[in-house]
Amino acid sequence: MQEKNLTYDGTFDGFLSAVFHVFEHKTGHVNIQNEFAAQNELFSDNETIITEESKANRVWKGLKAKLSTHGRCQLYYAFLSEQSGIENTLLDYIQYAFSRDRAVDKDYSHPSILKVAQMAKMVGREKHRMEAFVRFRLTKDHIYFANIEPDFNVLPLIQKHFKRRYADQKWVIYDIKRRYGLFYDLDKVDIVNMNFPVGFDFTKTDSDYFTEQEFEFQKLWQDYFKSTNIASRKNMKLHIRHVPKRYWKYLSEKQPN
Amino acid sequence: MSFQRTQEKLKILADAAKYDVSCSSSGSKRANINKGLGDATGMGICHSYTEDGRCVSLLKILLTNYCIFDCAYCVTRKSNDIKRAAFKVQEVVDLTINFYRRNYIEGLFLSSGIFKSADYTMERLVAVAKKLRLEENFNGYIHLKSIPGASDELMREAGLYADRLSVNIEIPTTSGLKRLAPDKKREDFIKPMVKVKNEIIQYKAEKKIIKSTPKYAPAGQSTQMIIGASGENDFQIMQTSNHFYKNFNLKRVYYSGYVPISYDDRLPKIGSDVPMLRENRLYQTDWLMRFYGFDISEILNRHHQNLDLDIDPKLSWALRNLHEFPVDINMADKRMLARIPGLGMKSVHKIINARRFRRLNWEHLKKIGVALNRAQYFIICNSNQFERRDLTSEKIKGFILQNSTSKYRKSLSNQLSLFG
Repeated sequence: MQEKNLTYDGTFDGFLSAVFHVFEHKTGHVNIQNEFAAQNELFSDNETIITEESKANRVWKGLKAKLSTHGRCQLYYAFLSEQSGIENTLLDYIQYAFSRDRAVDKDYSHPSILKVAQMAKMVGREKHRMEAFVRFRLTKDHIYFANIEPDFNVLPLIQKHFKRRYADQKWVIYDIKRRYGLFYDLDKVDIVNMNFPVGFDFTKTDSDYFTEQEFEFQKLWQDYFKSTNIASRKNMKLHIRHVPKRYWKYLSEKQPN
Repeated sequence: MSFQRTQEKLKILADAAKYDVSCSSSGSKRANINKGLGDATGMGICHSYTEDGRCVSLLKILLTNYCIFDCAYCVTRKSNDIKRAAFKVQEVVDLTINFYRRNYIEGLFLSSGIFKSADYTMERLVAVAKKLRLEENFNGYIHLKSIPGASDELMREAGLYADRLSVNIEIPTTSGLKRLAPDKKREDFIKPMVKVKNEIIQYKAEKKIIKSTPKYAPAGQSTQMIIGASGENDFQIMQTSNHFYKNFNLKRVYYSGYVPISYDDRLPKIGSDVPMLRENRLYQTDWLMRFYGFDISEILNRHHQNLDLDIDPKLSWALRNLHEFPVDINMADKRMLARIPGLGMKSVHKIINARRFRRLNWEHLKKIGVALNRAQYFIICNSNQFERRDLTSEKIKGFILQNSTSKYRKSLSNQLSLFG
């Protein structure tokens, strides 16, 4: 049978609309793909899915009756991994869930369930890493600014954490890879697109943009980081496992002096 | 705040505090309800890791490293010729707040050398915490040291501002303490611990009746022992640890491999190795005790006074108790699953859930993440393949060691490596 390609807009609602489409048309052999990553073969059967919140909500509500909160959460986490083909694994999971009477989210010996659980775990780890590795720098207009480059799209997941924690300071967390950020204005968090001056270097703290005090505290933090190390217990392998090198770029304590 | 002076002090007082291994920032329930700064609910976060692989979650510093005591194992002992410094209360507050705002840390871990008297020192520690909470609206994590010999009144106040209190007993046995710290008495350590324990119980009871009762040290108490400084065996260490867990409701006991810092001939020489592997085995034992349902006497007892260094304590227990195995993965209860070498609590949990849907075989177990190289000798599952040979403990141990690569292999090998 020929495979049918469903292309959606990359949003979670878009993906759920595609799932709705599959159920509505009882489509058999299907491949759901993000429009940014779509690879359609010539003569293949393609259809573009229009995102409809009402359809997405129906699927999501239906899943609520079939899965635990934890199970639904894992679906969302795995979706944010943006891994190629993850949509089809999620679809398989959802179809399996709807075909059973009892919640299947703990059926870890089912390949799609295990895969989703494992992806969700990886995304969860990345979320936790970003909660750890965000380094705010105080700008001259009194906003605490941080830039990150996470492996997965975790900004939607870390928003609540930072809002609760830094309730009394304005802050921005900007995802360089995905080109959007979160801005907290002491009241609510908004998604923002930002323009940066030409030649703006995210790894450097430039005195044109950041306060004088910022340099002092970065220095103090670097000193502290060095002093609190016990040289006779040195274990670089463990160090790198906990702080993988790809994150060093934006960690002030790992900057060369 | 004068940058250069603070910088100098921070270097000295962070360096002096680093031998305290406690880094936990979890277990508190201090929510940000006043739109202030910080939040200490849920799990702790390790914001960075030093090159020795230890986590950095708190700004860990001493208020001062001036000290009237002369404990042989301690780097800030009176007789040691080192640079001394002391922070002002406001300096610590500023550092904490500014580090916290930049998401460097989860909070403050404040300890101190003892200057003038126990009460004088404790008063200053409490003053820092009080200022952070009341003036700066700070809801992050605060861990204060209980100074041995501090008055009950001060300990009560400390718990109202701190999330965790700890007092390090450092030397596992009373005789060892007498030898290395003759001017300290075990009772001085115990007294604040008892006070805090009782206050926690009392505040909790009151909170059940009156909702508005303030929190008292919501993340509990912990302590630390130095390993390998005073000649105790593992049995003695874990007995002491068990005693403190049971009688003082401690949240954690930390084990700190002694880092040689003194030419005192009562102690290991400078340059000798830090017992990191032993420390690791003690932590594993601690976990078996707290999360895996083991009684300490099953792992360490009069006949078995030291942990094996080449294999982990659970495997070691299993090899001494082969009559308990093999365990059927699809039938066994949680308690027994947790006792299988190569299975952590996460795998146990996954197995219990997954086997409700179908009987599990080797392939399932492998995918779930069970360390089959160890587990295979101890289990049967939905497969007609399993270990049928009647292997002795030595044989099993040999097979497992052959097929595993320990990160500690170098320190374990006592073979002569010629031409290396």
